[in-house]
Amino acid sequence: MRHTLAVLVENNPGVLARVAGLFSRRGYNIDSLAVGRTDNPAISRMTIVVEGDDRVLEQVTKQLHKLIDVIKISDITADEYVDRELVLIKVSAEPEKRGEIMQIADIFRARIVDLGRRTMILECTGNEGKIRAFEESLKPYGIKELVRTGKIAMLRGSRYTNINTNGAREDE
Amino acid sequence: MEKTGAQIFVDSLMEQGVETIFGYPGGNVIQIYDALYDADINHILTRHEQGAAHAADGYARASGRPGVCLATSGPGATNLVTGIATAYMDSVPLVAFTGQVSSALLGRDSFQEADITGITMPITKHNYIVKDISELARVVKEAFYIATTGRPGPVLVDILSDVAAARTSQEDCGPVNLPGYRPVTEPDPEQLNRAARAIARAERPVIYAGGGVVSAGAHNELRLLAELILAPVATTLMGLGGFPGDHPLALGMLGMHGSKYANFAVNECDVLIAVGVRFADRGTGKRDLFARDAVIIHIDIDPAEIGKNVEVDIPVIGDVKKVLAGLIERLEKKLPGAWQEKIQKWKKEYPITYEENGRLKPQQVIREIFKVTNGKARITTDVGQHQMFTAQHYTFTRPRTFISSGGLGTMGFGLPAAIGVQVACPDEIVFDIAGDGSFQMNVQELATAVNYQLPIKVAIMDNGYLGMVRQWQELFYNRRYSYTELINPDFVKLAEAYGAVGMRVTTPDEVASALQEALDIPQPVVIDFVIEREENVFPMVPPGAPLNKMLG
Repeated sequence: MRHTLAVLVENNPGVLARVAGLFSRRGYNIDSLAVGRTDNPAISRMTIVVEGDDRVLEQVTKQLHKLIDVIKISDITADEYVDRELVLIKVSAEPEKRGEIMQIADIFRARIVDLGRRTMILECTGNEGKIRAFEESLKPYGIKELVRTGKIAMLRGSRYTNINTNGAREDE
Repeated sequence: MEKTGAQIFVDSLMEQGVETIFGYPGGNVIQIYDALYDADINHILTRHEQGAAHAADGYARASGRPGVCLATSGPGATNLVTGIATAYMDSVPLVAFTGQVSSALLGRDSFQEADITGITMPITKHNYIVKDISELARVVKEAFYIATTGRPGPVLVDILSDVAAARTSQEDCGPVNLPGYRPVTEPDPEQLNRAARAIARAERPVIYAGGGVVSAGAHNELRLLAELILAPVATTLMGLGGFPGDHPLALGMLGMHGSKYANFAVNECDVLIAVGVRFADRGTGKRDLFARDAVIIHIDIDPAEIGKNVEVDIPVIGDVKKVLAGLIERLEKKLPGAWQEKIQKWKKEYPITYEENGRLKPQQVIREIFKVTNGKARITTDVGQHQMFTAQHYTFTRPRTFISSGGLGTMGFGLPAAIGVQVACPDEIVFDIAGDGSFQMNVQELATAVNYQLPIKVAIMDNGYLGMVRQWQELFYNRRYSYTELINPDFVKLAEAYGAVGMRVTTPDEVASALQEALDIPQPVVIDFVIEREENVFPMVPPGAPLNKMLG
């Protein structure tokens, strides 16, 4: 099963290497890892998608906790959350195909962010399923280049993952 | 007043109460060495940085205080790696400092540059690179705090050479602020109650005690608990000395080379009280058959150990000393019954013994060392047959008297560790029991022992083989002794060349007098015990077998 972890870490140099290194040397499988700083510049947040059963998840969580730079870990898999990925796709777009591609972009609420003589770059955000469907529908035109951010996620409603909350989550 | 980074470094060590550091100078720590020249800190110059790390480790294991080592950048730093990994595997509080090239040269593959924080990430509890003088004092403070609290472990601090040379008038280092580091030491009462209920119901309890008992200073509580519930106590290699080996409830070591009665007892118990252990493969044998009828209670300060190797029924997280005290409070005195009788019967039936045949045996030498020192020596070992013979045949009655590389199995540990132990315990007898192979892995540290007049005794169990590998080749590889025979130097002459005293013993009847003679010499002494070449360590649980299937 795939789990989504929201991990707050100190924004220190090397923290990404510590986290990524832990996964590789303990033999855990990272599906995706996205990292960026939070509203507090001293704290970064990682969204880690990891594959494994409950036993693996328990160990992943405990081993992550051992890292001095890791402040907090919440497994939000079982909760209601919003998740997004961003993808940029450069696709072959001969002038006669442009119309079709723009229609596809419309359906997926994607944006065209660059237009070349024979190519277009499209930007799309959404959950993993939508991104996959978008990619599939562009494949026939010839994808020249594709880049994805990895998943970021946030709990729905009034609950949040934040450094000041004691447990994993807190209701307002 | 303005201070240099090097002065801040030295002051910070003093503030931590550091009396001794083990190190080796070099270009990128020259500024720090300049500050050490005037400092009230005892510096031991080893002959190799690996020796410095093991010596600091031995110092820490013997004293319970953090060990400190210092090396220069690049090769100096990488030479520490084996020592740091050794300390990491055995949860030893060690603070390693390394010099680093200056900021102008960093990241350019400069002379003697190595990314030591990157290299040591998987083998330290935490590490730092200090790029700004304003961080230095705080980082040193944090390093000692992290190394010594919670589950102890090594911390590395890499200091840029221009940080050591820089000057600042800043006094306050700022508070230690580690929001992600909050070790749990107070056990949860509910977990304690659950564990106590299971123990109260037990008919065949066994305590399985590890290095955590020693590092938490919980040996008295362990003995009180064992006596209260009349549970026999098996220890891991790291737990030796954590429970008196001469106590009627002592089972000695369990596992691959444990006693038969320890392995039988663990195999048949109904409640296993695992205290400060990590269920290492050398202790458990085949994991899924380990104590398979038992309710397993696991007491540990590190939550990540729960369920890592075996499934645990009742975890109790906290400082082992506090947990054991909490259990004693909750339990009542038990009376002896059939289980205790059975244990005594096993102990009589399967004693740890060896065959005397008129030739010189390592077991005899080790038993004799126990006798001539009245069991009061601090023993270090290397890794291999001699280490297992020591664990089996020397009776450890006090904590911190058996100092050996458990988890990493580091050959070459014994001699430099003995140096650290002798520095920590100047008035005690320190014996390094070594193999002829492993002795040669850090033999240069004899010069250190002679230099500082540390009267360490080295007993080499010399069989001209890498004995343990040869034993496996004999048992599992059809006696194909592939590259395990050693052509050795003359260890007596070698000792003498270093300025130590060398002796050689070849027959059983010389052992006692030679050991006594060595003890009377107030200098480092190396005794070359030329032992029976193909002696094996038994009992032995073959790799991958359950604990009750033993050879020998």
